[in-house]
Amino acid sequence: MQEMLRVENLTLSIDGKQVLKGVNFSMNYGEVHMLFGPNGAGKTSFIMALMGFPKYKVDQGRIYFKGEDVTEKDISERSRLGLGISFQRPPTVRGVSLRKFIEIISDGASREETLKIAEKLNLLSHLDRGLNEGFSGGEMKRSELLQLMVQKPDLVFIDEPESGVDLENIALVGEAITTLLGKEDKLKEQKRSAIIITHTGHILDFVNADKGSLIFEGKLICGGNPRDILSEIKKHGYRRCAQCQPSVLTFRT
Amino acid sequence: MSTISTYLSDIRERAKKARDKKAALGPDVDLARYDQHVERGKIESLEGLPQQAREAAVMSGIDVKEEMRSGSYLQVDHSVVYERLNKLHEGKLEIMSTTEALQKYDWLEDYYWRAVPVDQDKYTAQAELKMTHGYFIRVLPHQKPEYPVQACLLVAENHVSQNVHNIIIVEEGAELQVITGCTLSKKDAEGIHLGISEFYVKKGGKLFFTMIHNWADNFHVRPRTWAVIEEDGAFVSNYVLLKPVKSIQAFPVAYLKGDRASAKFNTVVYGLKDSYIDLGSRIILEGQDTRGESIARTIAADESVIYARGDLVAKTKGYCLAHLDCRGIVFSNRGKIFAIPQLISEGALKAELSHEASIGPISEEQVEYLMSRGVSREDAVSVITSGFLNLDIPYLPEVIDRNIKEVIQATAKESM
Repeated sequence: MQEMLRVENLTLSIDGKQVLKGVNFSMNYGEVHMLFGPNGAGKTSFIMALMGFPKYKVDQGRIYFKGEDVTEKDISERSRLGLGISFQRPPTVRGVSLRKFIEIISDGASREETLKIAEKLNLLSHLDRGLNEGFSGGEMKRSELLQLMVQKPDLVFIDEPESGVDLENIALVGEAITTLLGKEDKLKEQKRSAIIITHTGHILDFVNADKGSLIFEGKLICGGNPRDILSEIKKHGYRRCAQCQPSVLTFRT
Repeated sequence: MSTISTYLSDIRERAKKARDKKAALGPDVDLARYDQHVERGKIESLEGLPQQAREAAVMSGIDVKEEMRSGSYLQVDHSVVYERLNKLHEGKLEIMSTTEALQKYDWLEDYYWRAVPVDQDKYTAQAELKMTHGYFIRVLPHQKPEYPVQACLLVAENHVSQNVHNIIIVEEGAELQVITGCTLSKKDAEGIHLGISEFYVKKGGKLFFTMIHNWADNFHVRPRTWAVIEEDGAFVSNYVLLKPVKSIQAFPVAYLKGDRASAKFNTVVYGLKDSYIDLGSRIILEGQDTRGESIARTIAADESVIYARGDLVAKTKGYCLAHLDCRGIVFSNRGKIFAIPQLISEGALKAELSHEASIGPISEEQVEYLMSRGVSREDAVSVITSGFLNLDIPYLPEVIDRNIKEVIQATAKESM
């Protein structure tokens, strides 16, 4: 398996305050990686920095995507290289309809294909509304996934797909993620890669993740089977889970 | 006839007394500078216009092919050069110059200067004393032409004061869409456009009025507009200004006279160069259960100054509901926006009036959100700005939409 993403010794700060320190991480093409951690641990900061949001300042370290150093590239350049993100709480953009935006970002998806996906995601009636304008939590998540499905990135960051979503909608969101990642496609076909942030682990009921790791107090620690990690967290909490391998302060999958 | 004459002579006397009366708002314009009188010959079709004039007409929303128009009226400088009514609407819709209509219909004195006060200021006075036509459009009771009527008021010569008086009457139960393009064919023309517009929407009638202004650096504009809406009537006014102007000052009024009448103003203004733009809307809610809404989107680029005014005046004895929504973006550190919403209740105990006004930059969060989908920063700003100005105005030709994008692309960089 070929390496798709490599993060070397990454240290991040927001407004001068350090949020992540010395993170090393890598993942291969087609892998799905679950990222666990308590609130404020630095999970969102990690993926936002990988995506290139300037608020998350890289103080030290490098980010390589498909063999290319993207550390200095801006958000849209990274996106065009094949990175994509589903926001936990995307902003509202009035006057720009979801339909129009999809047309702008669509990477070869036909109108029929888009409508088919929108119908599957129960978003047909939202296409002519402003982006995220008056959308419920579940609708926002589905809209994010719809956008990613037409954008077709190679590696997607999905930030807390379950948050603000009722139980009924979690299934729909979970199925949409599975579709997005191409897990329903033939085995030999190239799958999309993902880093998924989760608090509750509910999403593991729908998405088959290959690996998992824990971010705790600004450090990426522990790693292995995502279900085992979740089980440990549920039994003993984040701190104990983080302490189970105290020497592993840098982790490579 | 003697009654008409008395009324008209009284109007004239009032105008004479107001000929030097300065307007309450906007810079004072010396009208004596604009004394050229230019007459033009008739044309056979809008496509037969000289290229420069045709392009100017198109840029102000005019469909020169007239494929999706119920009728057309074109005035160049001081002459009516083209009038056409789609044959389908003969006997249902009337289009002619106001001058002709005044000669044809005695009853027009019941409308002429009945809404706009002739002695409001020197501009209304001049429009009466030196009137140079304007359009008269009337849709007969219960008629609903499918496509809009288009009117173009074009200035092609220097030092002209175009003094038009427009009257639209929507009779009971009728519906009408009107697109008016006011424009210049010479970009360096110096002059003034004085546009008096009196609209009457009868019981249950609906008027959708769109005005596109397409002026230039040395041109002054002073429109004076009143719409009187009777019971169950509706008036929607869309106004678009995307080109520079020396100065413009207008404060159109929708007077909701009848019960359950409604009015909505949509205003899109893009201030360029050193334009002085003072625009507003006033909705007077007199009938019971009346509704009003005024939405303004303004962008001040370059050294432009924009006053965005909005008045909601409740006078009803019953219930009324009205809202003002006024938002602005300043694109340049030399640009200025003054947002001035005003809510007034004159003993209207049940009136519900509200407003939200804001001036602020394009949200960086929105820009980055769009960038995360592969859109460049420049395009993201352009898309968000287009969305900000997007008020979904129907029947606007594609060229206007394109023009909005071009203006944004040329000016938005400065704000980034």
